[in-house]
Amino acid sequence: MASSSWWPLIRLLPKKTNLTYVKFAGFAAFVSIALCVASLVSIFTGGLRENPIEVYQQAEGSPVARFGAIMEHGFNLGIDFRGGTSMLIEAPNPIDQEALRALGNSAQEGDVEVQGTTCRPANAPPYCAILNFETSPDQSATVEAIRRGLPTVAEGARITSVDAVSAKVSEELFSGGLMALGLAMLLMMIYIWFRFEWQFGVGAMLGLLHDVILTLGIFSFFRIEFTLTIIAAILTIIGYGINDTVVVFDRLRENLRKYKKMPLGQLIDLSLNETLSRTIITGCTAIFALVGLLFLGGEALSGFAIAMLFGIICGTYSSLYVAAPVILLWGVRRGREGGEARVAPQPAR
Amino acid sequence: MLQVARWRIILVAVVTAMGIAFAFPNFVPERLRDSIPDFLPSQGINLGLDLRGGSQLLLEVDIDSLRAQQLDNVADQMAGALRDADPQIRFTGRGVVGDTARIRLIDPTQMERARTELRAIAVSPTGGTDPIYAFTESADGLIEARINDQHMRALSRQAAQQSIEIIRRRIDPTGTSEVSIVRQGDQRIVVQAPGVSDPEQLKERIGQTALMTFHLVREVSAEEAAGGILPPGTMVVGPYGTIGQGSEVVERRARLTGENLVRASVNTDPQTSEFVMSFQLDRQGSLTFCRITREYTNQRFAILLDNQVLTAPRINEPICGGQGQISGNFTAQSASELALMLNAGALPAPLTVIDERTVDASLGQDSIESGARASAVAGLVTFVFMILAYGVFGIFACLALIINFTLIIGAMSMIGAALTLPGIAGLILTIAMAVDANVLIYERMREEAATGRSPALSIDAGFNRAMITIFDANLTTILAAMILFQFGAGPVRGFAWTLSIGVITSVFTAVLVTQILVAWWFRIARPKTMPI
Repeated sequence: MASSSWWPLIRLLPKKTNLTYVKFAGFAAFVSIALCVASLVSIFTGGLRENPIEVYQQAEGSPVARFGAIMEHGFNLGIDFRGGTSMLIEAPNPIDQEALRALGNSAQEGDVEVQGTTCRPANAPPYCAILNFETSPDQSATVEAIRRGLPTVAEGARITSVDAVSAKVSEELFSGGLMALGLAMLLMMIYIWFRFEWQFGVGAMLGLLHDVILTLGIFSFFRIEFTLTIIAAILTIIGYGINDTVVVFDRLRENLRKYKKMPLGQLIDLSLNETLSRTIITGCTAIFALVGLLFLGGEALSGFAIAMLFGIICGTYSSLYVAAPVILLWGVRRGREGGEARVAPQPAR
Repeated sequence: MLQVARWRIILVAVVTAMGIAFAFPNFVPERLRDSIPDFLPSQGINLGLDLRGGSQLLLEVDIDSLRAQQLDNVADQMAGALRDADPQIRFTGRGVVGDTARIRLIDPTQMERARTELRAIAVSPTGGTDPIYAFTESADGLIEARINDQHMRALSRQAAQQSIEIIRRRIDPTGTSEVSIVRQGDQRIVVQAPGVSDPEQLKERIGQTALMTFHLVREVSAEEAAGGILPPGTMVVGPYGTIGQGSEVVERRARLTGENLVRASVNTDPQTSEFVMSFQLDRQGSLTFCRITREYTNQRFAILLDNQVLTAPRINEPICGGQGQISGNFTAQSASELALMLNAGALPAPLTVIDERTVDASLGQDSIESGARASAVAGLVTFVFMILAYGVFGIFACLALIINFTLIIGAMSMIGAALTLPGIAGLILTIAMAVDANVLIYERMREEAATGRSPALSIDAGFNRAMITIFDANLTTILAAMILFQFGAGPVRGFAWTLSIGVITSVFTAVLVTQILVAWWFRIARPKTMPI
């Protein structure tokens, strides 16, 4: 009834691929290192816009706090990490940003920032603006003053969301977020080390660092708002990146037992080729879903979708070109336990 | 060949049926949910505030003021312990300085005895081994007490817990609204009020501290008070709103607090037909009140609300029944408002709002709609992609995916985890990543078939060999989700929920469900070659 001929299966790849990854490992390493350095430079210079030495000198407090200040300048921190009050305002008619700024200044002394923004995708009032205050000494009073003054700025305007975060909470969230990232990477490395050998753990760790640094670099350079959700995205990227790496490592371990005489470079190539089809199919479904999220999920999730998309591409690349070649660098103990040599060694093609 | 153990089939059938039952209410319009028979679950997914619209406040117990209050108590306890010693140990200079409560022995040679007496008050009430206060002694007879950090944390936790009850009575007196009030850590409280788009009202009601305290009045001449010359341990307090009767100089220390109040009600005085407030104290409060009124008969005591004088009547006779009356310039309305506030109880310590988030319900509705659209598109693309890549096996993967989605919705409804906006993103991501297990299995089958094995053997080997990889790969995602739980607040925690539930259900469906489907198909189709 069912046979292989009735369905025009789409083969993305020929049944067997013989791509030679290892040959390009040197070049890939160069590119990866260059991109990582560029990302770090971007993070430390506020997306190439500021001089870190100046920031350090202007900041107050201990060296650690001053260093923290550089990090804070590195990103376009959202309200969660920066503290302050942020309001989303919607109106049926265009909002006069200058008038809104004036209203903001009258509501609260200090730094007021007004942004025009795209409204929600569907229905509802077509004009939106975001009003940000850097501090929130008395957010109730501020919000109340804006609410009262809003009709004079734009008729029918209303506040649809308010976030007010005190400096205390934002600092906790920022350090908590960084801690969570560090902890996640550490746990992953320990897990890999536990399941495989230490070379694999180091490889996985470098791959993760690569993914995280590059993703942070993108956020820093393009000044995409960095929020709590982005931390969640990066943690998921870590999960996905490890997931990808584990699949490759698993195959590598299997092949290490299967082909005891094959040179390590060739073995890595073979393992990567064997898992390539899976890498591509899984990567594609994830990317398709995220592209859908990016365009249909609305403003609130676009940052998340960007981070995830970029991270997944990075993660896939790094499990092919960072994690595996690292093993080549250090080598790995071969022919362990002997018992697994049941499968007769097949001649390498 | 390709036998699937019966227990596996039963397990899959039971779990799937439960998933459908728990997920079902989500697809029934709100008003029809009541008509679901009682034996079936009727609880839909609990939407987070960012999707539903509403306000969230993060409140923090003011630890400094809690400490100050407690130090005052400690000073009292120290004085009491020394006074009750037999023979009495005489002391002076009882007070609070910075973060210490201090007392000075008149005769420093009695330090040894004082130490023994004081040790008793520092015993942990909860049976902990460490003393709750640390005493420092000086040669000149000064004893300083510090509250140890652990005890302070316990007190703060206790204060937060008490505040939760009080806040609930204030903002949800009828217990009908869906306000959720939970403690977070040692000194924080999260208040979530769905549907409240203006948190000001909420904050006002929480902020009605109405801390009622009873203080003794010190009669000080007006000139002295104006000149700032006050007896030690006293303070000047102003009148309370329009109800209060004037400023007074009172002892700093409260002799009795609103915590001992059982009930306040409004009455009219039969003689003057003025509105008065009657109050009833609890047993301990009655005893204290009785002692104070006996000791200080003919003096005045002041009833303070939030450190403002409500009234300062003269004690004509000891009041021992625990009942009393407060008269003031009350109107019917002001008296009943006051009674309401007093009944709601006093917060053990002031609370500050440190984080506030409000989302309009329409914005939340939009988020749900765009989330649903994005999920549908992601699901559809994945379906098409899988069927194109794997043909009939792709259809199995899609079926597994549908069951997976149902299970996630069912599990979320069952445990009442909140679905948030990042949670929707997690759901979409899970849809895409759930097929990973299927892909791993199918790719393995392809490889096995390519080495010339029979379809049955290839299928078997595909499942068996891919299992280890699937396990390893998904465990890491669970690890990441666990960290998110620890770190994340509200929305992010919602993401962690969908992610971890999704990982578990996807392994379940990809492995068990697909295996059963493939086995059935194999039995019917009896293929000679692998169709993938």
